[in-house]
Amino acid sequence: MTATAVKPPEVRQRQLPVAIRRRRLLLRIANHAILIAVSAAFLFPIFFMLCTALMTDEQTLSDKIIPDPFVWSNFKTVFDQIDLARYTWNTFLYAGLSTVGVVVSCVPVAYAFARIRWRGRNIVFLGVLATLMLPTQVTSVSLYIIFAKYTGWTGMEWIGTLKPLIVPSFFGDAFSIFLLRQFFMTIPEELSDSARVDGLSELRILWDVIVPLSKPAIAAVGLFNFIFAWNNFYDPLVYLGQNPDSQTLSLALSSFRTLHHVQWNLTMAAALIFMLPVIVIFFAAQRVFIEGVTLSGVKG
Amino acid sequence: MLLLLSPWIIGFCVFTAVPMVLSLYYSFTHYDILTTPRWVGLDNYRYMFGVGGLGQDPNFWLSVKNTLWIIVFGVPLRIFFGIITAMLLVRPKRGNNVYRTLFFMPSMAPKVGAALVFVYLFNPVTGPINRVLDSIPGVTAPLWFYDPSWAKPALLIMGLWGIGDAIVIYTAGLLDVPRQLYEAIAIEGANRWQRFRYVTLPMLTPVIFFTLIIGVIDGFQYFDQAFVAGNTASGQSSTLGNPQGSLLFYSLWIYQQAFVDFHMGYASALAWVLFVATMCVTAVLLLTSRRWVHYHGNLS
Repeated sequence: MTATAVKPPEVRQRQLPVAIRRRRLLLRIANHAILIAVSAAFLFPIFFMLCTALMTDEQTLSDKIIPDPFVWSNFKTVFDQIDLARYTWNTFLYAGLSTVGVVVSCVPVAYAFARIRWRGRNIVFLGVLATLMLPTQVTSVSLYIIFAKYTGWTGMEWIGTLKPLIVPSFFGDAFSIFLLRQFFMTIPEELSDSARVDGLSELRILWDVIVPLSKPAIAAVGLFNFIFAWNNFYDPLVYLGQNPDSQTLSLALSSFRTLHHVQWNLTMAAALIFMLPVIVIFFAAQRVFIEGVTLSGVKG
Repeated sequence: MLLLLSPWIIGFCVFTAVPMVLSLYYSFTHYDILTTPRWVGLDNYRYMFGVGGLGQDPNFWLSVKNTLWIIVFGVPLRIFFGIITAMLLVRPKRGNNVYRTLFFMPSMAPKVGAALVFVYLFNPVTGPINRVLDSIPGVTAPLWFYDPSWAKPALLIMGLWGIGDAIVIYTAGLLDVPRQLYEAIAIEGANRWQRFRYVTLPMLTPVIFFTLIIGVIDGFQYFDQAFVAGNTASGQSSTLGNPQGSLLFYSLWIYQQAFVDFHMGYASALAWVLFVATMCVTAVLLLTSRRWVHYHGNLS
């Protein structure tokens, strides 16, 4: 695809000897060739998933790769086999609401860590970072007990509903706080100082000055959380229990083949339906993701 | 200030601190959720390590071994391939964005979906990988997820499919290396390997360190892929870690104890051991990092 982009090196101020130019050209071609091979390896699983999802039952057992005929109805069959519409809605509800929660709760917290000076700030921030290292397993056992035994006063049991997944996100998430703080620190201090001179409250400064300048970072945090929740398997597995009505796609899919003894073509069609929103969001906003990952890894 | 921080303070107390203290308490009890916890002192820990004549948890060391295996092989492999691919990626003037997008995308894909796809790709009879391997004369294709000694390597290969985020971070790290350093070492007549060894690699150490820490912490919690691959390949979900316990990672064993057998006390003890182990390893890595991680281009 990009092999056409390979051109002989342009002549700059000084003409290089032919031997060196030829060597460089060959190196470039080799470089692109390897990259194309690696790209093919990365695309291979998706290609096979797509092909298999469109095959007939019999063809999944043959060694023909291109579907013949194309069975588009496989996708419809998946919806008939399990209540995929409900699972998609549950997943969407969980991912959407928890993303709102994370953004709403983490922006003010990150602001307090980045732009307001107070005693013990660095130590408390280290505490935030430490929770990043905390294995989910340590808290999930007792959180399960808490949700199972002590949520009666809210009028209903929380286990088997989406509440244990959504509610905690409204109380901050360490990674998002970290990412937003890193970004807020890069905004020139003078901007908020002049706003303070004008007598604006910290909340107003956050809302009128910082938030409009931080749209890319907030978008990154929101998108990362949406995809994290969409993909999340462990928490739904623990808290949604065996309640089939509130299952998410990841949960339904994990037992799809085992439970229904279905063929690979349907399994791949279901997996594709599950992965498609992630792929679409990724391609629509890849800049945001790449900048977010870079911000977390390099500037950290 | 306190108002801004309040979401995190409440969240930290309710969803982190209280559950941690509770689980420490539960780890000294027998607790099946239905009856009240019964204090048993150190019995859970004795049973775990097989001291004090209470017998020995048959799967504790197995799950520890499996988890260490995936960390010891998986993390360096990820770093190695991540750096190599990133170094190929920064070289061409055109097409980098296309390659980077292709490499990055699978790392965003849900692990549950990826596991389903790879169980299919690695299927010993109908999967495309073994069809190719079988067609090569003299090669006996492994049974992958159906063979205890090949299941973990299959997971490693699957993990390589998701190294795109590491590639993005290394690419950004490589682009951050000041050009003057390369010019300086070129004047001293360094060859390709020396340039890599004395400039590129030291300048990348902060990023390598970041991915190392994240990789180790994630490795301790390795769950989704093993859970789904083990269940899907074996076609049942009553025992975890198939085939024959080769995919029984530490987190799976905690899950089994807590949410299948409802041994909440013992699961809490397992979780606390995981927590302490994670903290110790992270602390050791942080301490040794002073010796090999160079910050801010300080190469001396």
